Amino acid sequence: MSYEERLQHVSVLGAAGKMGSGILLLTAIEMADISLKPENKGKPFVLNAIDVSDEALAGVMKYLKAQVLKMAEKKMVGLRKVYAHRADLIDNDEIIDQYIFDVISLVRTTTRMEAAYDSYMVFEAIKEDPEMKISIFSKISANNPHQPWFFTNTSSIPITKLDEGAGLNGRIIGFHFYNPPAVQKLVELIKAEHTLPEVEAFAQAYAKNLRKVVVPSHDVAGFIGNGHFMRDILYASAEVENLCRDLSYVEAVYAMNKVSQDYLVRPMGIFQLIDYVGVDVCSFIMSVMTRHLKEETLHCPLLDNLLAQGVKGGQFSDGSQKDGVLKYEKGRPVAIYDPGTKVYVPISDFQSKVDQKLGDMPPAPAWKTVVGHKAKHEILTDYFTLLKTAESMGAELARAYVVRSNTIGLQLINSGVALNENDVNTVMLTGFFHAYGPINKYL
Amino acid sequence: MRRKVYMIAGYNTLSMGTGRKEFNPKKDRPGLEEYIREAGQGTLKQIGGAQNVDECVIGNFMASRFNRQANLAAFFPYVDDGLRYKPAIRVEGACATGGLALMSGIKSVLAETAEVVLVIGVEVQNTVKAIYCADYLAGAGWFKNRKAGHAYFFPGQFSDRAGSYFEKYGREKTRQAMARWFRNAIENARLCPTAQEHHNTVKDLEALAMMEPNGKSFVDHLNVFDCSKVSDGASAIAIVSEEGLKRCGIPVSDAIEVLGWGQLEEDITKPPSDPAELSTTKEAVKQALASAGITREEIGTAEIHDCFSIAGLMCMEAIGFAEKGKGADYILEGHTGRTGRVPINTTGGLIGWGHPTGGTGVHQAVTILEQLTGKAGDAQVEIPAGRPYGLTVNMGGDDKSLVSIVYKKGQ
Repeated sequence: MSYEERLQHVSVLGAAGKMGSGILLLTAIEMADISLKPENKGKPFVLNAIDVSDEALAGVMKYLKAQVLKMAEKKMVGLRKVYAHRADLIDNDEIIDQYIFDVISLVRTTTRMEAAYDSYMVFEAIKEDPEMKISIFSKISANNPHQPWFFTNTSSIPITKLDEGAGLNGRIIGFHFYNPPAVQKLVELIKAEHTLPEVEAFAQAYAKNLRKVVVPSHDVAGFIGNGHFMRDILYASAEVENLCRDLSYVEAVYAMNKVSQDYLVRPMGIFQLIDYVGVDVCSFIMSVMTRHLKEETLHCPLLDNLLAQGVKGGQFSDGSQKDGVLKYEKGRPVAIYDPGTKVYVPISDFQSKVDQKLGDMPPAPAWKTVVGHKAKHEILTDYFTLLKTAESMGAELARAYVVRSNTIGLQLINSGVALNENDVNTVMLTGFFHAYGPINKYL
Repeated sequence: MRRKVYMIAGYNTLSMGTGRKEFNPKKDRPGLEEYIREAGQGTLKQIGGAQNVDECVIGNFMASRFNRQANLAAFFPYVDDGLRYKPAIRVEGACATGGLALMSGIKSVLAETAEVVLVIGVEVQNTVKAIYCADYLAGAGWFKNRKAGHAYFFPGQFSDRAGSYFEKYGREKTRQAMARWFRNAIENARLCPTAQEHHNTVKDLEALAMMEPNGKSFVDHLNVFDCSKVSDGASAIAIVSEEGLKRCGIPVSDAIEVLGWGQLEEDITKPPSDPAELSTTKEAVKQALASAGITREEIGTAEIHDCFSIAGLMCMEAIGFAEKGKGADYILEGHTGRTGRVPINTTGGLIGWGHPTGGTGVHQAVTILEQLTGKAGDAQVEIPAGRPYGLTVNMGGDDKSLVSIVYKKGQ
């Protein structure tokens, strides 16, 4: 079965979710572009969007329409060629409308998992629950006569466990998109012990057509991205605890969030990133990883405490930020949740006090200006040279943070999760939009 | 000419769009009627009010699609109640619309049906994204060519012209000259507060404009810096007789006199015989100079139709400032700059000031009025005594509709 034939019948499980809808979008575009080739005229292409609720699936169709419109506007030059044979489509907007229709018509929304019984391949982006995944994979595999391939978006469960649990004999691969899949360039590719070579070859071709950057990751819980991120969270939380000797809890959270963003020149502070992903999701990933790690327990009491009080973070369906560790106004943190009093304390109440405590900050470049700058390396070298000798509490915290991040990166290589430094850095640069990789010589 | 014709009391709104700090595509902006009213009132205020106006002309290219609005002449009473029940007309000729509006006003004065004509040119284009804007503007070409045309239709047309020019006369130097054209446009726009690129602070403009064109996402031979802007804007001016000047109480020294013009059309259904040349422009300028009885050596400044940098370059050859194939040298030698032989597009032109399509021809006249009467502010260039004439070239479509006018300061 060729690449194009396999993409004639596909199912996405969890299609209404944050990751699932993005995977659905990208796959729909890829399938539509194939179906519009002259040699594929008349061939049916089917993409099942499977999820548990009709309400959520209704939202997905709106999301698809809006996103396909944006993508069509961007690739209009090529689309005019695709529809050159259609004499009735003249203006760009007529072609765009037709393209949206052609993409959307591939997609069948359904709440019935049985739809996947006819698919040649299945993308899975459901909850990070190994038992649930295994049970669904087994069922589909048993009832589907085509020996379907499974592409799982898990960010933490070893693929070999899923392969063995569901008896797939290597018809599975980890294809881990970053959030949001339509925007993020990175895909972590994780082979199970027995993943079939043709499955991997397909995954590579598919990623290439989607213009993704592929980083291979070994089948160790958490892979590279979460392997770094989760340990980063644990470190920052431990530092908050240390700081609580001198500062109140909310002050300490503010300090670490500031250090991890401004001092480290990252796109957002560690606690904002936790909210972006979801406090619940982070906590869950840690517990899944812990089950599969032999010598390490990932456990964050700070997050557990917040979760127990119903503080979750995450995003609204329009992509805006829900309140979590921090409270947001127009996407910017304005207050911090205090589990002691169960209220959000405005940052302005203590900001100047903590800033003073952190001391004079070396003139750090803004992440936004550095990240795409041609002279990025020189700018960062200059900054870190200043940071190296700066004598303030903030600089000290920042230096320790950078060293720790470096250690986590090296640990990922030593434990065999990543092949090399470059792969670790690529994941953090493209998946987390860091301006520089954790493994560096700046300090 | 049977009587003298003057232009006075020019007014430009901001050219609004990307580049202006005030521009936010996600926020509500003034509509078509606000631009018409601001420009119209701007001129009325200078000429003693609506009671002095005999006739009105409004130039607009494509409000029917950009704003879903037609019947624009009926906006004159909205500009000022005093214009109710007065004759008004709307004219259209793609991007030469403004020039045609001026010609309509000139002819009313010559026909002695009016002593004072209020002329407004307007376009409000940021109602849609550029990719749809391209469809609307494609109306300036033959509709039967649209299907086979580029997604960005007119950039596609002029990219093809650039390609032909590169092939004939060399690519590298021509690209450099196009980049210099961009730099001159932006540097001039910085001196004009209403210009769309007034806020531009880029240091190395030529390096920026040398960005390699990308045919996959745009067109083969042009980058975005080679293109004029998508603009919202309006310009107004009054066209008057000697009698009209007196009525408005404006001294002749604050006026420019229309000395001659070339107004002509080429067949919209035919491709250019030589894509590396603007032959219709050439003919229009020839007629304008002949009817004014002057030579191009006597021109002190010119406002020309640089909808694309390559069009600007080819226009230098069409006017005859440069020999055929030598347009790039002429630009690179600095002759088009503010201190060059003949300063071109002194407030930025279509690339720097902006290109609200139906308004551009009127904006050109306003700039010439300001320059020849010494009222161009920071953008003022020196007009040598021996070369007192101003020239405009306003082009509609791909070198199809042309209006070229010769002016001098009123005496």
